Amino acid sequence: MKASKSKVIVVGNGMVGYKFCEKLRNTDTEDKYEVTVFGEEPWPAYDRVHLSSYFSKAAPETLQMAPRSWYAEHKVALRTNELITQIDSKQRLVVNHLGESFSYDYLVLATGSSAFVPPIPGVDKKGVFVYRTLEDLDAIMDYGKKVKSATVLGGGLLGLEAAKAVMDMGLQAHVVELAPRLMPNQLDEQGAALLKSKLEDLGIGIHLGKMTKEIQGNGKLDGLVFQDGTFFSTDMLVISAGIKPRDELAAKAGLALGKKGGILVNELLKTSDEHIFAIGEAAAHRDQVYGLVAPGYEMAQQVVNQLLNKDVQPFEGFDMSTKLKLIGVEVGSFGDPFGTKEPSRPICFEDKVKGQYKRINISSDGKRLVGGVLVGDTSAYGMLLQMTQNKMALPPEPEDLILGGREGKSSNPMGGLDALPEAAQIWSCENITKGDICQHIQQTESGDLGEIKKCTKAGTGCGGCLPMINDLAKFQLKKLGKTVKNVLCEHFPYSRQELFDIIKIKGVKSYDQLLDEFGEGDGCEICKPAVASILASVWNEMILRQDTIQDTNDRFLANIQKGGTYSVVPRIPGGEITPEQLIVIGEVAKKYKLYTKITGGQRIDMFGARVDQLPDIWEELIDAGFESGHAYGKSLRTVKSCVGSTWCRYGVQDSVSFAIRVEERYRGLRSPHKLKGGVSGCIRECAEAQSKDFGIIATEKGWNIYVGGNGGSKPQHAKLLVNDVDTDTCIKYLDRYLMFYIKTAEPLQRTASWLNKLDGGLDYLRDVVVNDSLGIAGELEREMEFMVNTYACEWKEVVNNPELRARFKHFVNADDQDPSLQFKPMRGQKIPVDWKS
Amino acid sequence: MIELLEKYPKVAEDAVEFWYKAAPASAFPENGGACVKFKDLQIAVFNFSRRGEWYACQNLCPHRMQMILSRGMIGSEGEEPKVACPFHKKTFSLKTGENLNGDTCTISTYPVKVEDGYVYIGFDRGYA
Repeated sequence: MKASKSKVIVVGNGMVGYKFCEKLRNTDTEDKYEVTVFGEEPWPAYDRVHLSSYFSKAAPETLQMAPRSWYAEHKVALRTNELITQIDSKQRLVVNHLGESFSYDYLVLATGSSAFVPPIPGVDKKGVFVYRTLEDLDAIMDYGKKVKSATVLGGGLLGLEAAKAVMDMGLQAHVVELAPRLMPNQLDEQGAALLKSKLEDLGIGIHLGKMTKEIQGNGKLDGLVFQDGTFFSTDMLVISAGIKPRDELAAKAGLALGKKGGILVNELLKTSDEHIFAIGEAAAHRDQVYGLVAPGYEMAQQVVNQLLNKDVQPFEGFDMSTKLKLIGVEVGSFGDPFGTKEPSRPICFEDKVKGQYKRINISSDGKRLVGGVLVGDTSAYGMLLQMTQNKMALPPEPEDLILGGREGKSSNPMGGLDALPEAAQIWSCENITKGDICQHIQQTESGDLGEIKKCTKAGTGCGGCLPMINDLAKFQLKKLGKTVKNVLCEHFPYSRQELFDIIKIKGVKSYDQLLDEFGEGDGCEICKPAVASILASVWNEMILRQDTIQDTNDRFLANIQKGGTYSVVPRIPGGEITPEQLIVIGEVAKKYKLYTKITGGQRIDMFGARVDQLPDIWEELIDAGFESGHAYGKSLRTVKSCVGSTWCRYGVQDSVSFAIRVEERYRGLRSPHKLKGGVSGCIRECAEAQSKDFGIIATEKGWNIYVGGNGGSKPQHAKLLVNDVDTDTCIKYLDRYLMFYIKTAEPLQRTASWLNKLDGGLDYLRDVVVNDSLGIAGELEREMEFMVNTYACEWKEVVNNPELRARFKHFVNADDQDPSLQFKPMRGQKIPVDWKS
Repeated sequence: MIELLEKYPKVAEDAVEFWYKAAPASAFPENGGACVKFKDLQIAVFNFSRRGEWYACQNLCPHRMQMILSRGMIGSEGEEPKVACPFHKKTFSLKTGENLNGDTCTISTYPVKVEDGYVYIGFDRGYA
């Protein structure tokens, strides 16, 4: 391109370095700058805020800020695996570890920070780790496989994240903190005490006021020695005691540093060299280093504004408010949490039964909120933070803010939203205001969160603001006079859940009756199968009584394939099959010249059956003891199993027997979409149960139940619902979970996306299924029991019913086969000829 | 492939030269369809009992050239009666044959009448 372009070099491709590139590229529409970014890690920038999710997902791509292709598409030269070792500020050059030099007009140092490792004797022993990069995590996971317990040094934000990570690995977790309370920078004494007791309930050991004097062990560590002389035994130590700015490159180049480290910057983020900026955790502004991502993004924006001569506001420090969910415990801290920066008085509320602590600090004139602390319930966080940042007027009784509605008073967050000024920042990571979001909703007349996220980029950072955006979307749509409702299609002005209730309560048994009484028009290919599915889930009657509302697979009880033939799948519960049964399948396939293949669900699929052959094929299969596998239905498919404790030397439970029991219990169960299950006989998880709608994994004490997993195009690991339950309890919870899903999901919504969209998510589901918070557990169990008791094999009925059987033919006026069917050979079997593409 | 499509020109109501006696009306499911064999052609016939109407169209879905439309679900879009192909849910007007949800080509439709309990399909001289 043009030689006149200015060159910007970014050193450090972390979250802030990346964000700088993104912001510059989005703003630099005239292409004034040529951008090169150096990263010392092998991969592009990733999301460090959600590092602990790496333990459950273990795929670096899922954490990436943007794929490599983004950099190419946006003309950002990305150089990973390259460490800048030298800055020559006079000649404006940087030199990499290979000795190559690169010139710049502006240099942006986003070198970030490394873990602060306290100078304790023994930190170099084997089994001692820091918690900072993906490589650190890989090493921790690796070592964690060999040990039983792990201790985290540091009880701050990141330390507790690390504790969650080691707990998720199945280790006994301990946290050792120097201060007399957890999260000393964010929580007051009472809030921290509540957090401590909650974490202890979860089985995490908390050790406060402990100064570690030495790390003991011969080569690898055995434990810690505290200042008071006590010895604390542990297999592994993860240090998470704060950050140390990466200022060594700047120091070598002679740039000024802050008193406590970090590259010193002024309010324009400039270092002591005119052409060099520093942003993010490496920068020290008024001697303070910010260890959060939001201020880093703000700094990135300011530098971009300067480079493009846009309006520049000096960086004046940053609000360190934070909200997060630590190991299932919600914690929030905003504004001035301790109320010490200006005269103020606190209002505190603690509910020991519910495990909630809330504190707000009110300015001495009683007019403003200056900050506060929330533990156990952070639902008010967004609102309180807005009130603090925007200096909004307090209600007459400020305690209402944390006590909620009482004695007929309702706390009205909508009213609060309306009162927010347009400039109120909804998303602090990216400086998106209420005005931005309302404008988007007004233009699109849609409150779709995904769209809002895509268009405004809101909620794509820490995600903490999403609930607020959701509320705002609903509120704004309501203001526009729009009702927010999911209706099935033009023929039914109801959601699936509403239709489910109508059908059940009004005793509707047929599609036509439902359409006459509650719908309009003549139906369509959307509402017909959806209603057919609901009718089957409520009444469990033979689906072919209303065959023309079924999708073709359900209408012919087989899976349509290219060319118009069908495939046949008998049930093979748990994937267990005798040699005699295998021979039957082989004989049938041979006789009807069917293509055979093992499916992903541990059974055998026979392809290429003509519609008129289906009843004959099934007659032979049923005579041999097989039954329908429901591969054609939106219903239970298979429960995959590993061989389990009967044969496997590692197995702790008999997974095959349990898989068979579960598959036979839920066979034929019609649901909003297909259902797949898995049972593994030990923690090695050979049945891949965590990729299923329900997964059961054996433990020494019983079974762990996982829910909402999915393979397919958007793979998602199932989430742990409950630990160590016995067999009957496991069945009971599965009954409740499946029936709850069946009753409340949208049409064709798998459990994974249902759970993703369920208000309150996994915690709410657990409350309903395990704690019976809605009081419907008994009803759900009875409904499932009804389904189990009324199960009948559909194919058996067809085979024995001449009238039903007669429907299985291609022509209504001739017994001929469909002459258009054509096959060709492949590897000794037949396949259909290609269709037009 | 194109030749296959060309075997099914549309037959207009007023161009019917002869009526083919297909099958008893009772052989067609209510609010559903079945496939009629006429010479070497396949015609999908729908008993739209909810509207008291009968429709016929080519059994061939032009999207992937599959002989399948008679197994499709029928319904309405606004007032327009339609059939949805089981393969990829392409929908076609049963009145005009027009593809309602995409740019697949239009299918041919045929006049249908029911007399003395029998279903007849109307063809023009091109089909003689």
